[in-house]
Amino acid sequence: MNIAVAFDEVEQEALSPASEAGPAPKRVVAAYGFWIFILSDIVMFSALFAAYAVLVHATAGGPTGAQLFNQVNVAIETACLLASSYTCSLMSLAINSRSRAGTYFFALVTFVLGAAFLALELREFVDMIARGAAPQRSAFLSAFFTLVGCHGLHVSAGLIWLPVMMLQVAVWGFRASVERRLLCFALFWHALDIIWVWLFTVVYLMGVRP
Amino acid sequence: MNLLGKLTWSAIPFDQPIVMAATGGMVGAVVLILGWITLKGHWPYLWREWITSVDHKRIGVMYCVLALIMLLRGFADAIMMRSQQAMAAGGAQGYLPPEHFDQVFSAHGTIMIFFMAMPFVIGMMNFVVPLQLGVRDMAFPTLNSVALGLTASGILLTNVSLAVGEFAKTGWVAYPPLSELQYSPGVGVDYYLWALQISGIGTLLTGINFVTTILKTRAPGMGYMRMPVFCWTALASNLLMVAAFPVLTATFAMLLLDRYLGFHFFSTDAQGNPMMYVNLFWVWGHPEVYILILPAFGIFSEVIATFSGKPLFGYRSMVAATMVICVLSFLVWLHHFFTMGASADVNGFFGVMTMIIAVPTGVKVFNWLFTMYGGRVRFTVPVLWSIGFMVTFVIGGMTGVLTAVPPADFQLHNSVFLVAHFHNVIIGGVVFGLMAGFNYWFPKALGFRLDERWGKAAFWCWLIGFYVAFMPLYVLGLMGMTRRLQHYDVLSWRPWLLVAAAGAGIILVGIVCQVVQLVVSIRAREKLHVAADPWNGRTLEWSTASPPPAWNYAILPQVAGRDAFWIRKKLAHAGQGQQPQLSKYQPIEMPRSSATGFVTAFFAVVTGFALIWHIWWMAAFGILGAFGTLLVFAFREKEEIEIPAERISEFNHAHQAEVVL
Repeated sequence: MNIAVAFDEVEQEALSPASEAGPAPKRVVAAYGFWIFILSDIVMFSALFAAYAVLVHATAGGPTGAQLFNQVNVAIETACLLASSYTCSLMSLAINSRSRAGTYFFALVTFVLGAAFLALELREFVDMIARGAAPQRSAFLSAFFTLVGCHGLHVSAGLIWLPVMMLQVAVWGFRASVERRLLCFALFWHALDIIWVWLFTVVYLMGVRP
Repeated sequence: MNLLGKLTWSAIPFDQPIVMAATGGMVGAVVLILGWITLKGHWPYLWREWITSVDHKRIGVMYCVLALIMLLRGFADAIMMRSQQAMAAGGAQGYLPPEHFDQVFSAHGTIMIFFMAMPFVIGMMNFVVPLQLGVRDMAFPTLNSVALGLTASGILLTNVSLAVGEFAKTGWVAYPPLSELQYSPGVGVDYYLWALQISGIGTLLTGINFVTTILKTRAPGMGYMRMPVFCWTALASNLLMVAAFPVLTATFAMLLLDRYLGFHFFSTDAQGNPMMYVNLFWVWGHPEVYILILPAFGIFSEVIATFSGKPLFGYRSMVAATMVICVLSFLVWLHHFFTMGASADVNGFFGVMTMIIAVPTGVKVFNWLFTMYGGRVRFTVPVLWSIGFMVTFVIGGMTGVLTAVPPADFQLHNSVFLVAHFHNVIIGGVVFGLMAGFNYWFPKALGFRLDERWGKAAFWCWLIGFYVAFMPLYVLGLMGMTRRLQHYDVLSWRPWLLVAAAGAGIILVGIVCQVVQLVVSIRAREKLHVAADPWNGRTLEWSTASPPPAWNYAILPQVAGRDAFWIRKKLAHAGQGQQPQLSKYQPIEMPRSSATGFVTAFFAVVTGFALIWHIWWMAAFGILGAFGTLLVFAFREKEEIEIPAERISEFNHAHQAEVVL
């Protein structure tokens, strides 16, 4: 290889900075926009976290987190959600290698794990309400149910989104638009994990400190 | 179970003549306009070319039309307040009973901020930013149309509250505990909350769309430091939308949970915390101020540079000042309630941060002045608005620094001094900026100029009217008059309030002049017809036809530096310009029109209305409908249409004289 020529080419390209390259390809634009959406969603959660932090001791004589939270239940929930994130990544790999069977399989596992997480969370809520710890009981419980419930709503949205995407794969295969949407779904699903890690720490771990 | 929830015939205030007259007028106007459209057979055209359009220029124009209509509605509220306060001194009670007056000032604030200023700013950015960036559309065109639909839904719900039920009586900030169910049992606060939740989602989508558009889709060569300043300010404004509006959504969601399900976020019992609402509200609210004013700063930068015939002085410092304001806007929210009782250290911090914001703003004012200095300034209507802004805004900024001093603020808090201050910066800054931009870009949008004489008359009425209306409020504030008074006993306030009412009257004349200006210009549009570049502009939007074709640019412009179009014109004069090759056009892929935005808006209105009146089956129907709309959109077969090269070539031949330098 003629090094001098190759070097010349590098120089040529370095002359114009990336910001002057013109419009980005559609895939980049879509993923970038979705990133911005995720950031805005995180800002919304930060407001709910702030409200929770302000109200965490406002129990109005009612039960506290330490009395309510079941560590085993939460540990299983967390395991389900983190594992679903892993299988979601495996789904992304299957999409990259254009394997329909692999995509369906890992989507199914992701769905089941997500649904298991949601079922456990709902069971926790029902259990708490049955024990007189409904959101109407105190400001602390209002904040708890809203923060955790908002994350649960996001997971539910993902569980609706995923089958729709599988339907699109079935109808259209790995068309560019389908692939972009699957990429956005993966971003969404991983972001829910990040929020859950915070939630797990701030609500459940810090909540049972003596 | 009642199928219509809380909705009964008693929701329509038949016993209140003023409300019924206003409702009648509004419904009459709508019926007249719809009837005229039907009679003339314009529906197919409107549906095809506007309602289902995903073209950023069309959407921008529709935002501006919405904003102008809402300006009239919000101003009607203002006139009512000024006349009520001019009358209701001592024993007199005026003509507005307290519960109606409370709705009027709440609606005035809500409409002017959310449904006049916001759509106007967003409309202006929609029209201008992709053109200035040298691209063909937004990053997500259909999302743009959905955002417009959601904004319109919020506007519709707010106006429906006039006829069906009531609007909030809590002020436009709706502080709890007053806005809690216990103290506001009616549907007014629910109208407020759902209208703003729906339009707030639209605003968030707009923010995401613009940030992506500006950061990811610019013409080749359009580096960050070559972007027009308006694009920079639009970027800052939209970053703030993305970072601030979710907080508002979360805050309103909490208040809704309090009101609908008996939660205790902001209640006075079960250890709820009403001050948390105030904090969260202003964590959104202060950046909101900059969401509005930064694009106005951008408009002034474009107008001043163009009409001074010079590049903008201190471009880099202008960009830096914009981004500094963008960040600092999140660090000052507590100055809205120094009286909360935070420690002196906390108040001191927020006071100092507030004063620091005056520094980058001052940088901007000097940049505009130095741009004009030594230039050949053409005193067109946009320039008059800009100069009026500079004087007025500096005064408003100074009273702002005054109220940023916590001890002074303890005296001025909730007085009409504050009312005078924020009108001074919002009218003097945002409204003047929008008017400048409206006059500046109107010929680009519609292909003809606005009448200069009526434009100048409107400007002078607005400027003089503003000072006559709001300077007395500074005095009244220092005399101890608090805001939102339906009636007062201090007779020495009355002369000042009479002057203020007269000022509002002068502004009314200004608005009438603007309506006349529009009518006169539309009728004389043949005579006022303009080519691509009526102002000898500097940025890319002036290089394409007026109005631009759907595809904006037949060939994406190659940007060689700041003031891209100016450089091209200079090169052409020197005989070095490249002749565009008129025959070699490629077909262009453009996004397909879509009814998604309109249908989503329909279901959003249904859902909002149902939730306000507790009609649960209808709310479920609305939500399912919106979801179905999304599905239909997701499964559409073709996303784009191809515009054949012949059509582009034909258009450019017809506009050759305009497009070729």
